[in-house]
Amino acid sequence: MKELFLVAVGAALVNNVVLSQFLGLCPFLGVSKKVNTAAGMGGAVIFVVTIASAVTWLINEFVLVRFDVTYMQTIVFILVIAALVQFVEMFLKKYSKGLYEALGVYLPLITTNCAVLGVAISNVSDGYGFVTALVSGFATALGFTIAIVILAGIREQIEYNDIPESFQGTPIVLLTSGLMAIAFFGFAGLI
Amino acid sequence: MDGVLLATLIVGIVGLLIGLFLCFFSEKFAVPVDEKELAVRAELPGNNCGGCGFAGCDGLAAAIAKGEAEVSACPVGGDAVANAIAAIMGVEASEGGRMVAYVKCAGTCEVANTSYDYSGPADCLMASMAPGGGGKACSYGCLGFGNCVKACPFDAIHVVDGVAMVNREACKACGKCVEACPKNLIELIPETAKEMVKCSSRDKGKDVMQACKVGCIGCGLCAKACPVEAVTVTNNLAHIDAEKCTGCGACAEKCPKKIIHKA
Repeated sequence: MKELFLVAVGAALVNNVVLSQFLGLCPFLGVSKKVNTAAGMGGAVIFVVTIASAVTWLINEFVLVRFDVTYMQTIVFILVIAALVQFVEMFLKKYSKGLYEALGVYLPLITTNCAVLGVAISNVSDGYGFVTALVSGFATALGFTIAIVILAGIREQIEYNDIPESFQGTPIVLLTSGLMAIAFFGFAGLI
Repeated sequence: MDGVLLATLIVGIVGLLIGLFLCFFSEKFAVPVDEKELAVRAELPGNNCGGCGFAGCDGLAAAIAKGEAEVSACPVGGDAVANAIAAIMGVEASEGGRMVAYVKCAGTCEVANTSYDYSGPADCLMASMAPGGGGKACSYGCLGFGNCVKACPFDAIHVVDGVAMVNREACKACGKCVEACPKNLIELIPETAKEMVKCSSRDKGKDVMQACKVGCIGCGLCAKACPVEAVTVTNNLAHIDAEKCTGCGACAEKCPKKIIHKA
């Protein structure tokens, strides 16, 4: 139990997927204009990453390792994740219209979120067991959600600030996330 | 060679299985989509501007198919789209007529006085929060920082000489600029509207005179001149009812400030 907790804290805060591993920057910068949409994106990522870490772990263990073709990881995982997102979308559309509409366009967008692939690959390379991989996937996505919601909050605050022209738009957002990354560096001593 | 073969086989088989799996579930989870909805969606312009108030064209198509929205609800498509959708839905399209945005301020740099030099961020919302509602002496007038220009998805509104001007050809009446203007100067009017009062000042006549050379002083001459009682003056500001107005021009002739224009 203690080990799982450490994995979770490590994945969510210490090795935050965006701020210390620089994965999933595209949605991090792209959908962080409003807290609401950022939280929607975060929710969708948590949903998909948790399922994806379970499925990719199973595929790796029972297909890739068995046939000794672990070097095919990347391509097989991409295939699986893309199909999974598609499947989740169909499933939600049929059985949970409300959630489907709430996640909206963010659900298909996750296919291109490299954080999902990153989690799947690091789970395998760290040699996690099934439950640990699941916890690690969930916590990593939670870390993504924390980061994107904080950034969206800051962006809402600086919206009307008098920013020098050359820094307006993406530059100031990149600077902001750089400062956030430094702040998150403070978690490094936790574990 | 074996390695290549094995790898190809594994990825091929995994891909095939995933394909079959998705194929199977897309049948199983198929949500019946209204045929009308698809047909309506095909007629809509597809800008996804949100001018109708729904989440993009898909949202509007669903609402129209369910009968929750008017067939003419798309402000961008106009009558052509409304008629096509009406044909699909089997109802008569109500002749709504094209709408265009209209800026109710004529206070260009030469005619409007300033009370101080505003040097804050070039943003209407910010300027409107400054003391006196911006640097212009008239607290109702266009600030000219172009929040409406930024909001317009069709490049139909521009700031000319300190005041926003609508390009009526390009305007699709989506209403984005109406929302963006912190001074509430922009109104959607029927394209057929004949005479419009190009001022929004509700100040008393004397204050208006001091602030701007082309402000409505609420003298009421236009209301008296109108033969069909289309002009009313409330809160020191003249207003013309587009439905009653015949476009005779009597009000424009009498207006001492010449702020009633052909729309």
